[in-house]
Amino acid sequence: MSLCLQARQLACERDDRWLFEGLDLDIQSGEIVRIEGPNGSGKTTLLKILSGQLTDYRGELYWNGEPMRQAREHFLANLLYLGHAPGVKAGLSPLENLAWYQALSGEKGSEPAREAALAAVGLAGFEDVPAGQLSAGQQRRVALARLTLTQRALWVLDEPFTAIDRQGVAALEAQLVAHAQSGGCVLVTTHHALTESPVLRRIQLG
Amino acid sequence: MHAPQGGLMVAIKATLKRDLTLMLRRRGEVLNPLVFFALVITLFPIGISPDPELLASIAPGLLWVAALLAALLSLDSLFRSDYDDGSLEQLLLAPQPLAALGLAKVAVHWLLTGLPLALMAPLLGIMLSLPAGSYAVLALSLALGTASLSLIGAIGAALTVGLARGGVLLSLLVLPLYIPVLIFGAGAVQAAIFGEGIAAHLAILGALLALALMLAPWAIAASLRISING
Repeated sequence: MSLCLQARQLACERDDRWLFEGLDLDIQSGEIVRIEGPNGSGKTTLLKILSGQLTDYRGELYWNGEPMRQAREHFLANLLYLGHAPGVKAGLSPLENLAWYQALSGEKGSEPAREAALAAVGLAGFEDVPAGQLSAGQQRRVALARLTLTQRALWVLDEPFTAIDRQGVAALEAQLVAHAQSGGCVLVTTHHALTESPVLRRIQLG
Repeated sequence: MHAPQGGLMVAIKATLKRDLTLMLRRRGEVLNPLVFFALVITLFPIGISPDPELLASIAPGLLWVAALLAALLSLDSLFRSDYDDGSLEQLLLAPQPLAALGLAKVAVHWLLTGLPLALMAPLLGIMLSLPAGSYAVLALSLALGTASLSLIGAIGAALTVGLARGGVLLSLLVLPLYIPVLIFGAGAVQAAIFGEGIAAHLAILGALLALALMLAPWAIAASLRISING
């Protein structure tokens, strides 16, 4: 079954200025959609609207043909959103952070699986260090480990490449492509040139 | 494609464990309200008069007011750090009822603020020469009352979490709602001192708690959504 997120006539106003108007969007399985635009053009706002966080907009959202209001629970069970702030607790270790995120989606998960996910993002050996002592890039990587750990179809990623080094960027890009090819879909904002992605679609804002 | 899969108990347990771990690693924040409570109560006999009869007559109200303010002090941080590091938006996007997860956070707040305040109050009662026989009632009324205070206060904390300096606004929002709890809480201790029936006061405190337990989780969830929207 293919999934899709649709937006019809989406419009959002901030401080007496239309960020976007009459925006129609279709995001299907197997796609990587990149939202482009200069700073302040509403990329983050659009991602927040599409991930169901903001209600201050006009237009309609549909998840698999159903209005978002009715499909919200189903939609959230399929969504993985990573925002500007990585959502990593400084007082907890990377393992404890991941355990909480797994539990939020109702899974107990297992310690070896979490360790493997951390190793996959290059954090082997940092499992029990308080996240507050990690660098910005490493904290971002803890958040990115959730991509490996939690099976979700729709990834909404706001600037996921921030503070990540060059090898990390290549690995993450490969991961996005692999996710799209296995039937998931990715919605991303980044100023980074996604050169390796064959299925990239662009949406220009501003 | 995933269907919603439940697992609410797993999520609640993990949230309880996470918040407890976090708070126990920041002991200073847990101790702050307790130290405040102890300081205020210690200063009163010095500032007013060491006369045991005078102190005993004002002790119930004094202990209750100081405990209430101590609980209020600790509220601002309830959702603040989650808001700052982005965990709060993740909490809102979890495929679980937000009201239940919010309730888990409030439960941790009460366990580490309200309950220790209630256990400490009898000790401080000695300093105010609180008459014997009212110590158990003091602890019990505070335990019941602070649970309501945590629930009501969490609504205010959720509403003001998006504001840079929401502390004063938070106090203004929740203090009027705290007054019934204060009246019946201090009333229970007074009644115990005068040897009157305490059942009515405690029953009303229990009823207030039941009401708060029923309504506050939904109000907290709605307030968090409003704050994130702002």
